[in-house]
Amino acid sequence: MNEQGIDLGRRRFLTTAATVVGGAGAVATAVPFISTLTPSARARAIGAPVEIEIGAIKPGELQVFKWQGKPVWVLHRDEEQLKSLPELHAEVRDPGSEEAQQPEYARNEHRSIKPEYLVMVGLCTHLGCSPTYVPRADAQARGLGSEWKGGFFCPCHGSRFDLAGRVFKDVPAPRNLLVPRHQYLSDSRVLVGGDDSGGVA
Amino acid sequence: MNSVVRTLTGFRDWVDARFPLMQLWNDHLARYYAPKNFNFWYYFGSLAMLVLVIQIVTGIWLTMNYKPGADLAFASVEYIMRDVEWGWWIRYMHSTGGSAFFVVVYLHMYRALLYGSYKQPRELLWVIGMFIYLTLMGEAFFGYLLPWGQMSYWGAQVIISLFGALPWIGDDLALLIRGDFVVSDVTLNRFFSFHVIALPLLLCGLVGAHLLALHEVGSNNPDGVEIKKHKDANGVPLDGIAFHPYYTVKDLVGAVVFLIIFCAVVFFSPEMGGYFLEHANFVPADPLKTPEHIAPVWYFTPYYAILRAIPNQLGGVIAMGSATFMFFLLPWLDRSPVKSIRYRGWRYRVALALFTLSFLILGVMGVQPVTPEFTWLSRFCAIVYFLYFFFLLSITTPDDSRGFVRYYKLCLRGLVWALTVGFTYSWIKGLPANELDKTPLMDKLDSPSTYFVIALLLLAALIETFKFYRQDVDAIPPERVRWS
Repeated sequence: MNEQGIDLGRRRFLTTAATVVGGAGAVATAVPFISTLTPSARARAIGAPVEIEIGAIKPGELQVFKWQGKPVWVLHRDEEQLKSLPELHAEVRDPGSEEAQQPEYARNEHRSIKPEYLVMVGLCTHLGCSPTYVPRADAQARGLGSEWKGGFFCPCHGSRFDLAGRVFKDVPAPRNLLVPRHQYLSDSRVLVGGDDSGGVA
Repeated sequence: MNSVVRTLTGFRDWVDARFPLMQLWNDHLARYYAPKNFNFWYYFGSLAMLVLVIQIVTGIWLTMNYKPGADLAFASVEYIMRDVEWGWWIRYMHSTGGSAFFVVVYLHMYRALLYGSYKQPRELLWVIGMFIYLTLMGEAFFGYLLPWGQMSYWGAQVIISLFGALPWIGDDLALLIRGDFVVSDVTLNRFFSFHVIALPLLLCGLVGAHLLALHEVGSNNPDGVEIKKHKDANGVPLDGIAFHPYYTVKDLVGAVVFLIIFCAVVFFSPEMGGYFLEHANFVPADPLKTPEHIAPVWYFTPYYAILRAIPNQLGGVIAMGSATFMFFLLPWLDRSPVKSIRYRGWRYRVALALFTLSFLILGVMGVQPVTPEFTWLSRFCAIVYFLYFFFLLSITTPDDSRGFVRYYKLCLRGLVWALTVGFTYSWIKGLPANELDKTPLMDKLDSPSTYFVIALLLLAALIETFKFYRQDVDAIPPERVRWS
């Protein structure tokens, strides 16, 4: 302590200044720590589009492909299955695909580019389980009742979707299943994850 | 005194001059006075510490052979089980220890509900304990991904998606937790880091804080009386006995009995019929296929049942979160000055019994497949579960039914207006009567207006509760309050 006593004003200023500068430093330190938790360059690169071959899928059959580590379904719908779609308008939550769960070119009755081929990410919009494809014939075994026209059933929390991935009312899933960006490279080859509009995912 | 004892005493004194060894020993063991009427329910605190030690030691040993990595993890666990000498024992100790931890902690928490151990002056002790419980849940969740089986993978996918359901920040938060667009190698590696270092450190710190807080305020007891109120000339509570040797010896007996049961499980039924180690987890993770029936491990099932009971994504997540969060509020919701259930009268006993029952039923529902009947049972139990916490507000004294009656009159009024508004709403919405007759009962109940009524009901209960809280809190004549 000097002869003039303690300069409280100066002490307060120094305390405040040190707190502010130190606090800013602490906040800045959080940047690298949090950034490390976000997807790395490699993880982002794996998200690139993939080419798949769909020619061998028979009508009424579903095949699972992998893109970004997620299941991508290609469902080849037959005549009868396509006919069931307009009949379900009253029972599904978003019959016109108003919500942005598909690219613009798949915003239609069948939620796909070609009516017979449905390309969709096979993860439930509720909590991310992969629903099971249940054609009309299997409905009884699944306890889905005689009304079931075919569709997808999520075993985790009981969400149901129709053959265009549209979610039924009164189930936990809030939205239709996601249709990824995709385009036809030929009649039987599809690029999943990107299209000519330049959009990815 | 022989020379060996002299040397040891000398060494102790040498340390004591440089480190508060004897002071720590006395403050926390030899002269920490605990009530002399502890009963069976007071074993579980020390048992939880025993399990923590088992988990840390077996965890260190498992880490010596386990390899985090999507293409290595599953095989390394099989390697531990089949090729490492005694590896199966270490792993079964650890997996059984995980379930034992929750058994012991749930019983430890239930003790607090029985004897009001969360009440003044032990609120912070309780809150720290709740943080331990949350950390333990995180630890269990992170650890469950490590074997990289089907249930590990899809369980993690579902739980992370819970965070993804939060508005605005959800998607980014889920991405930040996973570190990838799906649960992947990256996720596994960071969960390994959280499981083996971050959360155990936090857990040990919190346990230390829990003990310090306990030794500051002193232990509660089955009669709910404060032993510190009556002390002898030396300041020792008259109804207290030294923790060491009396309770260390008692807890040792508890530990022996616990270990007999624990080892029986480890050696004879480590999978516990699929409840401790789920069958689907013996299949390696497949990101393209969800197992037929997925359910969390038993200790999460009550909350999981609440999540599934609500047919709305965000609503379910909020209900599940608040089911846990309500416990934090317990010291402030329960306004009765009486601690122990022994002196709280029949109302609290009935309420606690109903709460216990609903918690157990929810636990059973959480492992069942989804059916409309089970969903409705879960909904009913979830309502009972939450009503318990509201109910606590209504009891202020053991023998005064006035507050109780008044509270329920208010709630009844709330019920009447909720039903009136609810049915007017559905009437205006215009459900044709003949249409209504045709639909089966379950579907009839499962309609937006039902949820509207339930939401209004909860809102009404909340509003009336706050009104009640403000009116009555100071209005109880002091002579009506016993045991305060």
